[in-house]
Amino acid sequence: MADATTIPGRAATRPGVARTGGQPPRRRRPPAYARRDALTGYLFIAPQLAGIVLFVLVPLALVVWYSFNEWNVLAGTFRFVGTENFEKLLADPKLAPVLSATGVFSAGLVVFNLALALLLAVMLNRRVRGITVFRTIFFSPVVVSLVAWTIVWSFLLQDNGGINGLLQVIGVDGPNWLREGPTAMAAVIVVQVFKNVGLNMVLFLAALQGVPQEVQEAARVDGASDRQLFWRITVPLISPTILLTSIITIVGSLQVYAQIAVLTQGGPGISTTVLVYYLVQQAFDFHHFGYGSTLALLLFAIVLVLTILQWQLRRRWVFYEN
Amino acid sequence: MRSAKVLTGLGLAAVTALGLAACSGGSAPETPASDIELRMTVWTSNEDHLALFDSIADAYMEDHPEVTGITFDPLPFEDYTTTLTTQVAGGSAPDLAWILENAAPDFVQSGALLPLDDTLSADPDYGFDDLSESATALWHDDSGSLVAYPFSTSPFVMFANDDLLKQAGLPTAAEMQANGDWNWDAVSDAGAAVHSSTGKAGFVIRDFDYTTWDNLASVWMGWGAAPWSEDGATCTFDSPEMVEAFEFLHDAAFAKQSMPGPGTTADFFAGESAFTVTQISRASLLKGDFAWNLLPLPEGPEGEYSMIGQAGIGVLADGADAQAAADFLAFFTNPENSEQLAQYFPPPRESQLNTETLAATNPTLTPEQIEDVVIPGIQTGVVRPSHTDSAEIGQEVRSALDALWVADADIPGTLGDVCTAIDPLLG
Repeated sequence: MADATTIPGRAATRPGVARTGGQPPRRRRPPAYARRDALTGYLFIAPQLAGIVLFVLVPLALVVWYSFNEWNVLAGTFRFVGTENFEKLLADPKLAPVLSATGVFSAGLVVFNLALALLLAVMLNRRVRGITVFRTIFFSPVVVSLVAWTIVWSFLLQDNGGINGLLQVIGVDGPNWLREGPTAMAAVIVVQVFKNVGLNMVLFLAALQGVPQEVQEAARVDGASDRQLFWRITVPLISPTILLTSIITIVGSLQVYAQIAVLTQGGPGISTTVLVYYLVQQAFDFHHFGYGSTLALLLFAIVLVLTILQWQLRRRWVFYEN
Repeated sequence: MRSAKVLTGLGLAAVTALGLAACSGGSAPETPASDIELRMTVWTSNEDHLALFDSIADAYMEDHPEVTGITFDPLPFEDYTTTLTTQVAGGSAPDLAWILENAAPDFVQSGALLPLDDTLSADPDYGFDDLSESATALWHDDSGSLVAYPFSTSPFVMFANDDLLKQAGLPTAAEMQANGDWNWDAVSDAGAAVHSSTGKAGFVIRDFDYTTWDNLASVWMGWGAAPWSEDGATCTFDSPEMVEAFEFLHDAAFAKQSMPGPGTTADFFAGESAFTVTQISRASLLKGDFAWNLLPLPEGPEGEYSMIGQAGIGVLADGADAQAAADFLAFFTNPENSEQLAQYFPPPRESQLNTETLAATNPTLTPEQIEDVVIPGIQTGVVRPSHTDSAEIGQEVRSALDALWVADADIPGTLGDVCTAIDPLLG
């Protein structure tokens, strides 16, 4: 049993034993109940810890290992090649266009997704009849199967598809959306924006409903216009949600694969070949698992840098962040 | 090879590998010869095909009690080879696999497949010598061993919608052929006339869709063109013959509009086009909604020609029950079962390439169509082009050819760019 005067979890000086200066204090063995508590805690986190180790750390370590090797799957050979894959990465003539396409796609997605989500949230944050129906309509694409959603859009965007059919009604001869470089990228971005805008919209809606009414009323009393109210009161107060959605959207935009595979297969040319699509091509279609792993490390580094950057910049633009 | 397997297990099935290691104490028990389960990957999910496979497998298991299960595992056609190789990488390779002709060089030359000569020639009733030399050419390894059975040798043919042709005031396909007009120029003219008068499409190279460019071989062979030299070392996309063939296709898509342009689809079997080039196995898609005919590929400037698509069944050499899988393959493809399979998959057996056998198993086709189109197509057909690293070459060509599918394309320049793109991968 612990001494009644001992604060649990903290080392105590035994009575009658003077501590001598210069000698490190003797570590006292934690009491049995503390050890039991610690064990219980470890048992509680063990499944999560095991999951992280097995599904995150081990694969991550293996990706690093694979990037120093080349693996011929069919022949069953595995060869250490040192930094060859990294040198190939630096000399790869396709890397610059692929990174450029990735940047355009991510920037377009983030800007349009966040802007549209915020606009929809503001519009749907009103007490009008049937508002729940509209919220459901805008959220519903989020729960639709991604591939089914993309296939439907691929038909709509064909040269003789539904979008151009609608344009013809108003006398406009639409482009061949998925076959021309600039429109293909725009089409992929729009399809992805409509797919996921509902998720960010719901988050913004929740944030908007958390903006204190009295702050807005006080601003109105002080003579703030609607525009000032939005930019000076609402936006700062929902800035933590803007930070969250921007991180989620940027990271998500860097992981888009199925939409590209179904809509454009990376074309025309390689104009819509984003980094993940290129990575999967190299690793699984061309069987360059080592180079594919190197590209995966590049993607990991990009996501890490962007996330750290956003996290650091939050102090500048997120309201009540110290 | 050993290290690759260990890393495979660690990388792609880390949890499973660790769990199994813990349970088994680190030693893999030998598979008992009396409890063999075989798995074959296939790309058909057609219920009739699968029912036929199952019936053959059941018959095999009746006489081979050591084999307790044979599973046919359909994988989507679009990603078939990628999924198969990913399964191999993940340590869950099938015992047997269908292999597409464009992936054949990679599988055959890598040593991934078990040589089959001894197994298939062990039984004199199997008729190993009956296998056509041209049909098996793609499936021999460097030492000359047969490493896959070409179970489907299907010629590319032209289906014609005679109703649409009549609607446009044109002669039927058979009449075109009888008039000596069965050539690509005449087909393109007829297609353009159908398009302008009915709004339906002219001719469709099925499954090309401006991405699967190797299907265009069914056209450019008529110009005597090929994507690379016979030894596979030199790109010939920029040859004059190929330029002329692509000028014809470009003209058809953008000037005459006898072929649907990029991003436009038309399904012949739904009555949306006058002609389509595809394999005869697609005849099963015909529902009797319109009058149709089956003809050989139209003549090109170089005269008559024919092309075949092929699929082989191979046994993965590293499988735990590779010999049992090879024994099953010998049964699956013996003369009796080959005859059954012939109703869907044209066989490589010389003795079965006759009107009687094929007419009995292909009720959709008339004996005349089989005699005039199918059999000559198989006997004289050249296999669709293939090369090692076909996926990477295919992607490079697709990417470079995209520049050609615009109205004002520089055709010779684009085809030169194709060669620039794939030259490093050839040879």
